[in-house]
Amino acid sequence: MDSNNLFLVLGALIFVVGATGVLLRRNALIIFMCVEMMLNSVNLSLITLSRMWGNLEGQIFVFVIMAVAAAEVAIGLAILIAHNRHVRNINIETLNLLRN
Amino acid sequence: MSVFAFLIGALSLAAAIGVVVSAKPVHSALFLMANFATLAILYVLLDAQFLAAAQVIIYAGGIVILILFVIMLIGHDPADHSQQGLTRPAVASLVLGLILLASLVLQLTGQLELGTGGGIASGGSPAAVGTELFTRFLLPFEFVAILLLVALIGALIMGRRESGEPVEEPTG
Repeated sequence: MDSNNLFLVLGALIFVVGATGVLLRRNALIIFMCVEMMLNSVNLSLITLSRMWGNLEGQIFVFVIMAVAAAEVAIGLAILIAHNRHVRNINIETLNLLRN
Repeated sequence: MSVFAFLIGALSLAAAIGVVVSAKPVHSALFLMANFATLAILYVLLDAQFLAAAQVIIYAGGIVILILFVIMLIGHDPADHSQQGLTRPAVASLVLGLILLASLVLQLTGQLELGTGGGIASGGSPAAVGTELFTRFLLPFEFVAILLLVALIGALIMGRRESGEPVEEPTG
């Protein structure tokens, strides 16, 4: 098996594990980590494809994704802390303020 | 190289599964760090040296530390489903995960012959990536800077204690 294909399959597997974790867990922090993992698996796929096609555009894309992930973590954790101040836990079942 | 890549990939996948199945968030965060570190090794194997360094600095150094701090602030959640065995939502999410896996595998098996694996002439060295970033992709790069500034201000505003809100008493 070509090692490029190995990396693509690994990216798909990590993405599936992350997506299952988002559905499976109720702890908002762990859901957060799973989302980060999914972003990372896509990064791995993009870098592999960038190597396959022999240009750097995929790597630039990964750079932008990293910046967006950093922004997302900062905002998301701030939301979690603000939510935790009102409701004394981080179970996503309690995230229902917008339900009528 | 292929055997080495396979071993590191297996470690990475094991760490990813560890993130999902750990009962304590701290263990999840440490497994997440292992996942990021192994992925950085794979990036080096894939001619992306600059991104491997960025991965270690941003993800393993920044994001995981931030998550660990938040875990220290707001502890664990005793009502997490993973400690209650296989409830109906858990079974449903596992089934959905398997469906996603099956569809990805079916898609990939037909597509894997594309690309020749020629490699990048200049590699993903900081010089090569930086040249691309500051010439062809200058506008997206500037947008990234604005995005980070907005995210910083937003996080500050949301994390701030609202005026009139009482100072919290330490519990326990």
